[in-house]
Amino acid sequence: MTPEEMAAAVAELMRRAVTTLPGDVLVALRQAVAREEEPARNQLQAMLDNAQAAAHTGAPLCQDTGTPTFFVTTGAEFPWLSLIRPAIREGVRRATAAVPLRPNAVDPLSGVNSGDNVGRHVPVIYWEVVEGDRCRITALPKGGGSENMSTLAMLRPSEGLPGAQRFIVDWMARAGGKPCPPTVVGVGLGGGADLALHLAKRSLLRPVGGRSPLPEVARMEEALVEAINATGIGPMGLGGRTTVLDVHVDIAHRHPASLPVAIVVQCWAHRRADVTISPRGEMTWSG
Amino acid sequence: MERMITTPLSEEAVRSLRAGDRVYLTGTLATLRDAAHRKALALHRAGQPLPLDLSRVAVYHCGPLVRGDGEWRVVAAGPTTSSRMEDATPELISALGVRMIVGKGGMGAATAAACQRHGCLYAVYTGGAAVLAARAVRRVAHVYWREELGEPEALWVLEVERFGPLTVDIDAVGGTLTADVQRAAVDRAAGWNPE
Repeated sequence: MTPEEMAAAVAELMRRAVTTLPGDVLVALRQAVAREEEPARNQLQAMLDNAQAAAHTGAPLCQDTGTPTFFVTTGAEFPWLSLIRPAIREGVRRATAAVPLRPNAVDPLSGVNSGDNVGRHVPVIYWEVVEGDRCRITALPKGGGSENMSTLAMLRPSEGLPGAQRFIVDWMARAGGKPCPPTVVGVGLGGGADLALHLAKRSLLRPVGGRSPLPEVARMEEALVEAINATGIGPMGLGGRTTVLDVHVDIAHRHPASLPVAIVVQCWAHRRADVTISPRGEMTWSG
Repeated sequence: MERMITTPLSEEAVRSLRAGDRVYLTGTLATLRDAAHRKALALHRAGQPLPLDLSRVAVYHCGPLVRGDGEWRVVAAGPTTSSRMEDATPELISALGVRMIVGKGGMGAATAAACQRHGCLYAVYTGGAAVLAARAVRRVAHVYWREELGEPEALWVLEVERFGPLTVDIDAVGGTLTADVQRAAVDRAAGWNPE
């Protein structure tokens, strides 16, 4: 593979991610339309119509094309490892001009927008090294409105799982219409502060409708979906039965003194796409 | 109720609408986000003129995705979260005579009070429905402050036709919609206990 081919692949990955809504999200939105009444139904229908219009015209579904965020799961034997980081930066630059993407990288000191979605630590890249010789790159363009409703609570361990779950449901009720519900909520429970937030964000990669393999966690996810939807926030906060499309929880062992609960909120436009690259440079796309 | 409205809006037209009404807007939008609010109010306080009269257009909480250079085309233009503009909005309404604001996610009590006192509406458009919103844009009439504030934060003047459906969230006679939904939701959440 050449650096050029890898950069072109990343640009294509971003284009797919921002212009199409994954099938699991479309299914969940259609199911929600069927069970809602006005004004919720009207909001959900606009979301579906918009996704169709974006797919048809090749325009990004939302003007907020997000913070470009990448999850790289690479085999230790993948032969093109050193190309990945520069290719992600170059690919994002190209996609910003070509798709186009909205320039969303602002220097926190000067307030100046870099203009090409590239800056210090941005695009965001999370690495996971596994066995094997293939590399999977997932793009998750993360919108700012929903990210603003993400949070972390360092609870007392005596508050336990009931306290953690009450915190999550209360938080999502207070978030109201701001994160563009129906949202997908990622929860990280345990670990330290940083790990909890990382698990919460990474759990957004799990398909909507997919449950945790841990039975107790899966039950907690179902209870949280039911409780958050029972608050009645509804699509765009205008009232209704559908406040979340799903809740994904991941857990980590915690320090005896700590019970971190992290919430990462993703808007209904839960955009993502991925590509798997073989050691010979063959690419398999999804999303 | 569903209504067509046109900018500039009269106080009478604004006061005749109620929270929950659905409207389609034809006329002119001016996009204002965080930085543009600060700049508009700073100019006003310094006694300097704004590039356009905000009382004759609808203020749109939006950072559009545009293409071109000089000849602009709006690609995607959905609303951004309005609550970020809460602190600046009462003054925007009282000092600059804004009659209508469009955004998403709801606004706070100070905005609702200013809407009632001065005759202003806050309406919401479906967040993320940016391609549908862009279809209602007939023309980019002008852009101000682009060099200084950057593309998302610039003041874009957009001519729109049948932009909507917009749902009135805060009316000019004390009615609110998303704030009521949220209050009830927080109460329900407080009453919930996991098994």
